[in-house]
Amino acid sequence: MSRFLVNRRRFLTVAGVAAAAVPLSGCDGLDGYLSGQSPVRGFMASANTLTYRVQRVLIGADQLAPEFAASEVRQGQRPNGSTDPTDADYLTLQGRAFSDYRLQVTGLVEKPVSFSLNELRNMPARTQITRHDCVEGWSCIAKWSGVPLARVLDEAKVKPEARFVVFHCFDSMNLGLSGAVPYYESIDLIDARHPQTIVAYGCNDQPLPVANGAPLRVRIERQLGYKMAKYIKSIEVVSTLEPFGRGKGGFWEDLGYEWYAGI
Amino acid sequence: MTVVDEIGEAPLEPPESGRVIRRHGLATRLTHWTWAIALFFLLLSGLQIFNAHPSLYIGQQSGFEFDNAILKIGAIRGDDGVPKGVTTILGRSFTTTGVLGMSGATENPSFRGFPTWATLPSYQDLSTGRVIHFFFAWFFVAAFLVWLASSLINGHLRRDILPSLADVKALPKSIADHLRFRFHHDGKYNGLQKFAYAGVLLVIFPGIILTGLTMSPGMNAAWPWLLDVFGGRQTARTLHFVCMTLLVGFFVIHIVMVLAAGPLNEMRSIITGRYRINPQTSEKEEHR
Repeated sequence: MSRFLVNRRRFLTVAGVAAAAVPLSGCDGLDGYLSGQSPVRGFMASANTLTYRVQRVLIGADQLAPEFAASEVRQGQRPNGSTDPTDADYLTLQGRAFSDYRLQVTGLVEKPVSFSLNELRNMPARTQITRHDCVEGWSCIAKWSGVPLARVLDEAKVKPEARFVVFHCFDSMNLGLSGAVPYYESIDLIDARHPQTIVAYGCNDQPLPVANGAPLRVRIERQLGYKMAKYIKSIEVVSTLEPFGRGKGGFWEDLGYEWYAGI
Repeated sequence: MTVVDEIGEAPLEPPESGRVIRRHGLATRLTHWTWAIALFFLLLSGLQIFNAHPSLYIGQQSGFEFDNAILKIGAIRGDDGVPKGVTTILGRSFTTTGVLGMSGATENPSFRGFPTWATLPSYQDLSTGRVIHFFFAWFFVAAFLVWLASSLINGHLRRDILPSLADVKALPKSIADHLRFRFHHDGKYNGLQKFAYAGVLLVIFPGIILTGLTMSPGMNAAWPWLLDVFGGRQTARTLHFVCMTLLVGFFVIHIVMVLAAGPLNEMRSIITGRYRINPQTSEKEEHR
């Protein structure tokens, strides 16, 4: 009999917890545990490190993202995020059709180099029809042309202590009180050296439109769209991501999105 | 009876209440509660993620310049100038003000797919929704693998879950019994229960895991066959949503059945494993 009472008490506890959880979802009872700096959120976010490690094991370094037939290009590449930067240096370059643009490659390299758009177009190119997946949930298939990033990095000769590649961008995102914050992104050297990772200057057989990141954007086909920085000003090879922004490796990462966006 | 009695224990209750048997194994109980907690958070964070783009499509991509949407949730301004929530399913539009597309206080409505009470966090926060979703997804998958392995090894799957030919033949009677709310408390699953549990555990659970993975651009490189199996990333996203809807439906029926079958006894069995079988039916079953 006593066992039954214990069980009933246990049942009531469980039922109570379950009953409490229903209105919790209804109100904002859990929101306090989920805001930006809460340790609960931080703990849950560490699962992304596990996802990153497991995906790195499951996906071979050079395994390709799916590519599609030309018939699958059924619409223009949907622009998102910055679509028309108004930053002064960008407007100057844009005014001259990017003729004096140079892509700078700096940081942990033997030989810092820069390339004009013409120089990049004359390097060995890669064209691929791939699916762009936005973190919001939508997908769009487009044809991308550009120079493999690995080739660009080889020209500059990456030093052995390098671990990441950072993309600095011309566009700034307005963050209200914090003012305008420049967009930046970063990837590890596995993705940087992946055959489909290209510095793209063409989209759907046209020069890359401003809305999609002219003059250059990066394609990182095994991750989500926010990793694929547009309006690239320079590429910096680094050993740590701490000095940049709030240290999380990217504009959206600094706002709470995962650095590894393969899921 | 194939179920084993508690050995070496005095009867726990007077005889008229029926014998107490061990019904649910430890793995079943642990995975049940892991799933219960994980699915609660997965559902609410999943609706948060869905709200970032409250449309579903068929195919590899989302049609912006062509139409392959099968579900769209949004808000429009009606002819009278008053905004209203609209849900369009397979081309047919329904006004869903108050729940889908537009919800919250009348004087200050929020325009979002699912309302604040259905999402975690309650406010729009895609990154946190993703953090919660991918945290609990690991527990959900781990519990599934533990359950599958233990159920294959200890025979739970074959004995209790997979419907037998006799179960299929008895299905009309089983359905009729359920419709009359006539339940058999013999500690074994009837045909309808077996089909429900087999459907959830062997179809919907793997389905929701695999369609989730199909949405991962990383997993598309690792396992490109996922896209072929589910007909593209956007179809997979739709199927992920369909699986969710089926699980919510299962949950409602599951709770109703637990309440109808005797909530104390049922709850005890899924917490402690002990279940009191009905005296009349148990005797009948034993002579079968």
